[in-house]
Amino acid sequence: MGFDTAYEAISEEHDTGHRWAFGTGFTDPLAGVDTAVPAGVDGIDLAAYCLMLGDDALIMSHRLQQWLARAPELEEEAALANIALDLLGQARLLLSRAGKADGTDRTEDDFAFDRGEREFRNVRITEITDADFASVIARLLVFSTWRLALLARLRASADPVLAAVAGQGVKEITYHRDYAAQWLIRLGDGTEYSHARAVASLAAVTPYVTELFTPTETEARLAAAGVAVNPAELRGEFDEVLAQVLSEAALEWPESPGLAGVSGHTGRDGIHTEAMGYLLAELQSVARALPEATW
Amino acid sequence: MVTAPETITVEAMTPEAATPATIVVAAWRIAESVADPELPMLTLADLGILREITLEDQRIVVSLTPTYSGCPAMHEMRRDVHERLSAAGFGPVEVRTVLSPAWSTDWISPEGRRKLAAAGIAPPQAAPARSAGPIPLTLSSAPSAISCPACGSRNTQRTAAFSGTACKDLFRCGDCAEPFEHIKEF
Repeated sequence: MGFDTAYEAISEEHDTGHRWAFGTGFTDPLAGVDTAVPAGVDGIDLAAYCLMLGDDALIMSHRLQQWLARAPELEEEAALANIALDLLGQARLLLSRAGKADGTDRTEDDFAFDRGEREFRNVRITEITDADFASVIARLLVFSTWRLALLARLRASADPVLAAVAGQGVKEITYHRDYAAQWLIRLGDGTEYSHARAVASLAAVTPYVTELFTPTETEARLAAAGVAVNPAELRGEFDEVLAQVLSEAALEWPESPGLAGVSGHTGRDGIHTEAMGYLLAELQSVARALPEATW
Repeated sequence: MVTAPETITVEAMTPEAATPATIVVAAWRIAESVADPELPMLTLADLGILREITLEDQRIVVSLTPTYSGCPAMHEMRRDVHERLSAAGFGPVEVRTVLSPAWSTDWISPEGRRKLAAAGIAPPQAAPARSAGPIPLTLSSAPSAISCPACGSRNTQRTAAFSGTACKDLFRCGDCAEPFEHIKEF
């Protein structure tokens, strides 16, 4: 860039109107992509579905970002940061798609920063806090195994934008799942202490698993139209992959009843755990305090 | 920033030379020479992300395929293409995103692979074939087939699954002991 001093570099007027934060000028990740809703598909349903998958990625990404400067080794920090960045990219595409599909033209920033907790549609496993490194590994393994099975099927979606996002996401999440699986094996099949931590991490995450395979009415409708994937279909593949990893890791899947929702409502209905409010406060506070801010 | 040696600006063209075809070719030469800010030895042509340039109603339309969903370098490359073409007189310019088919490291050119190795980064091997079915799990690192970019030895070992960017992992050479990055097959 050729600045004489670091101060000059950061204080320079960014001449072309591009900005890295929320606000005006942020490049639309779907610039130039045909975002017309396919014939016969309900745009409101499609937008709701994009928000589900987009919120999963956004909230999981934010929790992973909280590991920055806290991971046990620099290499693991780089890994978690890169996984978070991949998911943030998927979230940007999916939230942008939602704003086009429902006809409101809302941007990714509108969805990320201006919605309240009850409007977020992420599954609850993405929002819960990690007690230790084993916890983030167990959570990442469950999440990426489920999401990879989902996106692999979504590559055949009748919506070309969803199919394309899934096609790229599959390649990314393959690496995320391998990373988590290899680490869980190291922890489970490691020392007595690491094994105990791995057992505890699985116990903490299993109550949130049933919810991953429970379709909402929107998902069932869109799956029937060939647009979405019915998550109930993913359980077999999920169990198979987990069994393979757990057997190598000398671990067992703990039997656990799913964590009940509030009157049957869970993350997909906008009903979240206590952790979600704190996460959103961190994610949204600057954007809400300084809605015109750019840098 | 690398500039192609034979860059032609719109102003330099004689009126009869400025046909739609020659304008597109001239624009292509500029766009393809834009460098990746993360891997500055590579141009858009080397990466294989420049898909198409067309002329639509006097507007130059450049189509790029993103590498990774979250790659921040994409934003910079889109901006650089826009700025370089505008500066060369090709206004108005529009940069479009093409999501499908998804980018693969197989699209990195032979020249790009040579430049990566010369910069000490092991280039990717062939990307895994993707079927429509379930994606196989990799639980242990297969013996490394990656050559050390410093000494050429095949006696190398992967030391980390991710590096400074999502597209690379880390290796170490068992012979010359050099640690190096490798572009993951994607």
